[in-house]
Parts: sequence; structure tokens; C-alpha cells
Amino acid sequence: MLYLPSDTFRNTPVTNDLAIILVEPDRDKANQIVDSLADAGFARIQVITEASSLKRQISAIDPDIVLIDIANPSRDMLEEMTIASQPMDRAVAVFVDRSDDALTSAAIEAGVSAYVVDGLRPDRVKPVLDAAIARFNVFQRMRTELAETKRALEERKVIARAKGLIMKAKGIDEDEAYALLRKAAMNQGKRLADVAEALVESAGLLA
Amino acid sequence: MKLQEIQIGFIPLVDAAPLIAASEMGFAEEEGLSLTLSRSPSWSTLRDKLCFGQLDAAHMLAPMPIAGALGLGGVTTPLHALSVLSVNGNVIGVSREIGARMRAAGHDFAFNDAETAGRALIGAIKDTLRIGVPFPFSMHAELVHYWLTALGVKDAHNISIQTVPPPMMPDALKAGEIDAFCVGEPWGSSSVETGVADLLLPCSAIWAFAPEKVLAVRAGWADENRDTAHRLIRAVWRASRWLSEPSSLGLATELLSRTPYLDLAPEVVECALLGRFAISSRGDVRTTAGFVDFFNGAAGFPWRSQAEWIGRQMASRLGLDHARAAKAAQATFRSDIYRAALGHVAHDLPSASAKVEGSVTEPLAVGSIGGRLILPRDAFFDGRIFEPTPA
Repeated sequence: MLYLPSDTFRNTPVTNDLAIILVEPDRDKANQIVDSLADAGFARIQVITEASSLKRQISAIDPDIVLIDIANPSRDMLEEMTIASQPMDRAVAVFVDRSDDALTSAAIEAGVSAYVVDGLRPDRVKPVLDAAIARFNVFQRMRTELAETKRALEERKVIARAKGLIMKAKGIDEDEAYALLRKAAMNQGKRLADVAEALVESAGLLA
Repeated sequence: MKLQEIQIGFIPLVDAAPLIAASEMGFAEEEGLSLTLSRSPSWSTLRDKLCFGQLDAAHMLAPMPIAGALGLGGVTTPLHALSVLSVNGNVIGVSREIGARMRAAGHDFAFNDAETAGRALIGAIKDTLRIGVPFPFSMHAELVHYWLTALGVKDAHNISIQTVPPPMMPDALKAGEIDAFCVGEPWGSSSVETGVADLLLPCSAIWAFAPEKVLAVRAGWADENRDTAHRLIRAVWRASRWLSEPSSLGLATELLSRTPYLDLAPEVVECALLGRFAISSRGDVRTTAGFVDFFNGAAGFPWRSQAEWIGRQMASRLGLDHARAAKAAQATFRSDIYRAALGHVAHDLPSASAKVEGSVTEPLAVGSIGGRLILPRDAFFDGRIFEPTPA
């Protein structure tokens, strides 16, 4: 194991000189993944953002590992690499080792898949995948958070509209309208936002 | 009664209809099941999610479980087909430039004759004919390969079957990376609508009764959850029967076009269900009876002979051992489970698990458990007959 002088490689051991391709159309996301891999000691990374002629681009670079988001529709093009059509082609398998299901499963849950040249030792590939999985887990968390924030915002809007409807219909003030809405939700055993949404929807029918 | 939840993955295609109908029209509920359908961005991701247990079952290209059994593809966890979800349903299209060349050479775009269309296509290409298919392990790839090799295109240098995800087909055509493509609906119709292609042929003109999609599960899942598998098969069978009734067309079209499913204009979805296509931007219309079938002629029955045909085709295309491929392929189509699930329900359940493929040129009555099965035409365009290996 070789240690390089500090700073340059942030004291991480260079364990590996694998050539890695990352297929990722979003540049921001690609940069973050490349940084994560660099932190883990991998420097030979090329990013492909353009999905057209993906196969040609990949065979020109001749990588050891290709990483791709499992949500990327162009992933099916990579499946073709699993058939070594020419004797000179290097056969490719998905993931480290077909026996290492836990790692593969973790990768799929995180949302990343790796196409690996056949015969590459699992211990050489694992650190790449570990770094990628960690980064993709962060993406997934961010996506969930974003979705949650959006939903909360939508709900707040609906509740405000429902309150408005009640205020208008009953001639009461905002606090009273809110209390009424909350009481209805408690009585029905439903979420406040759901009751508000039902109200807004039915009001739409009556309008 | 508490419903049993089942996670099912699908690709937004018209032939996901039986699963969508099973979930939306109450057929799953009748069997005590609640289906959660999730759309997948690609076939490989759908397969991986099924293989690693994030899904219980999936809408899958018929050759995918077979590819896995042959050790082909990224993840090769054994998968089995519980039923055939659809028969036929793909179209072959050509770039407008090739289409114009074929027209100039006198081709009529009759949309029904695979021999004439194939020869015209081969004649319009100077060197290598490049055809895009959605996945390397698909009926698209096998049927195109069967078709062109039967017409004498033998050399691998003269034909190149490439994987291009359907949403990327238009760009690949425009960029001249492919000359032609073979896709499922709605992709054929939408390529005409956007003016990038002319349609040449429905794949049913190559093989009149080709299994297209299957209901796939992990091999182990089917054995550990036999009762659930039976209920799922019955729910899908009833959904397919509903789909086959002409009165269901309107509602089926509307269901499929909804946002969580195909998210498309109903008119585009309807083309496939009616078998009525605009084949060029000039507005020529062609009609294909039985363009896609979910039910008739025991369409859902997973014939081991169909699996063997696919396995042997794959073996010859990719240079594998034929006998081994045939045996491995056969075992992936679970006609035994299908028969057990529907024994008391379906009247047209075949009493055999394999048949000679390609021999039916006119609808033919054959032995079945309820005595009422009529096999529809299943001929290959070149008249070849496929005899399965006795099990």
C-alpha cells in the first residue's frame, strides 16, 4: 500500500488505479460522485454525460468499472456489454462478484449499479462501490427530503384554502376555522391535510 | 379481510395492461391481493429490483428469465415466468430516409408480408443493416434476428442488432446511428407521430403467435408462496379476459393512459389495442388483427415449447450450447404452476405443456382440460416448424 504526501490525496491510501467511468447527465451530481471517489483514493475517473453512442464512448475508454444511476434509462445499453461478442472484448458482469449479494443489494437500494470487467478481484472493486453507495445514499436522502418539503408546502397551501372556505361559509375568523378543521380531523381519525383536501375538492364540485 | 400486498414492477408499455387492469378493476382484490405497481426506468433495473427482492413480481420481456438461466446479463438470479402476459405487440419501423429509398424501389408498405418487407429493407441498405431494439434479451432481438437470417443475411458484419432505449430511438434514427428499429407500443406510433419513422411491419407477420411479455418472479418465490402465486395468476387471467372483451376497450384505454401508468394521450394507446396504425406521416393507415393479444387461444399459457424456441434462438445468436440452452429455457416457463392455479377456472387450459410451434395455419381445436381450446394461427413467415425436445 502506498501513501502519498498529505493534502494532495487527503491522506488516503492509493490502493487502486482502476479506470472508472461514471455515466451521469447531471454535472453537479457527477462532480460530487467524482469527489467521493477521489476521497476514496481513485483518480482515474471519466464522466460521460451524453447518452448517445454510450457503448462506443465506453469501449474507446476501455474501463475496468462503469458506474450508472439505476434510474438512468440508458442503463439498458450497458447490458449489451455483458455479452462479449468479439473474442477481444472483455466480458463484463454487473457488480463485484455474483456471490456478493449483500453489496449488490446495498448498491441497488442506494440506486447505483456498477458494470465490472470480468475477473477483477472483488477486494479491488469493493472500495469503489462503497464510496459510490455512500454518495448515492446521500442523494437518495436529499431526494426524500425534497419530496417531503414539497409535500409539506402543498399541505400548508391546502389547509389555508380550506380555512378560507370555512371562514367564508360560516362567517368566522381564521382561528375558529382552524379549530373547526382540526376537530373534524380528530373526529374522523384523519390527518388535518387530508380533511382539508377533501373539503377543497368537494368545494370545487359545488362552485 | 386484510389484503396481501404485492409489489409489482412494470415498464410503461401497452402490454402492461393485464397488470394495470388486475390492480384497477378489482380482479386482484377478488383474490385477496393488493397490487402496488411501480414504474421502472429500464429493463435492467426492473430485473435487478426483482432479483434482489424489492419487487415480488414483474412485467418482463419473455426472454429475460431465459437469459438469466443461460447466465446472460448482469444479474442472473433465477427467474421464472408464471404466465405469458401478452402475445405479439411489437412493430418494426425504418428511418424516413430508408423508407423513401424502399418506396422508390417499389415497396408497397403493405404492413403484412414479412418476406417482401424484409427483402425490400435489405435491398435499401448498402452495408451493415443496423437495427435498434430495447434490450439485448428481448423478443425484438430474437424475432429480428430470425427474420433476417431466414432471408439469407448470415454474416454478422451485415447485421447489427443494437440496444437503444425506446425514448432514445428517435434521436438515434435522426443521427443516422440506426437504420431501423423494433419496439413495443406506444413507441412505434409515437415515432410516426413525431415524424421520424415509417412503420414497416408488425412482428406478428414474422411469428403469428410470439410470447412477448411474461409475469416473472424469483424462482424461489414461486415455490415458497405457491398460494399467492396461484392467486396472482388468477387475478391476471381475469384481467386479461376483461381486456379481451370489446366493451372494455374504452375504459382500458383510459386506464392505461393515466399518469401513473403510460401517461400518454388515449389516442396513442388505442392504436395498439385496436391494431390500427398510421404507418407514415402521410397518414397511410394499416390494420392488423391480433396486433397484441392478452387472452385468446390460451395466450396466457406459458408453453415450455415457446421458452425452448427462445432459448435455442438465443443460443444460435450468441454462440451457446443448444441442448443445454433448450433445457435451461424450458424450465423457466412454469406451465405446471399456471395449470394448478387455473384448473378450476379456465375452460381452455391445454392438457399438454409443449406444442409444435408454427404448425397452426388455420385455427385448430386441440385437447384441453375443459375441452374448449382453439389454438390460433401461430405460423412463422417462412413456414418453418419448430419441434420441441420431449421433456
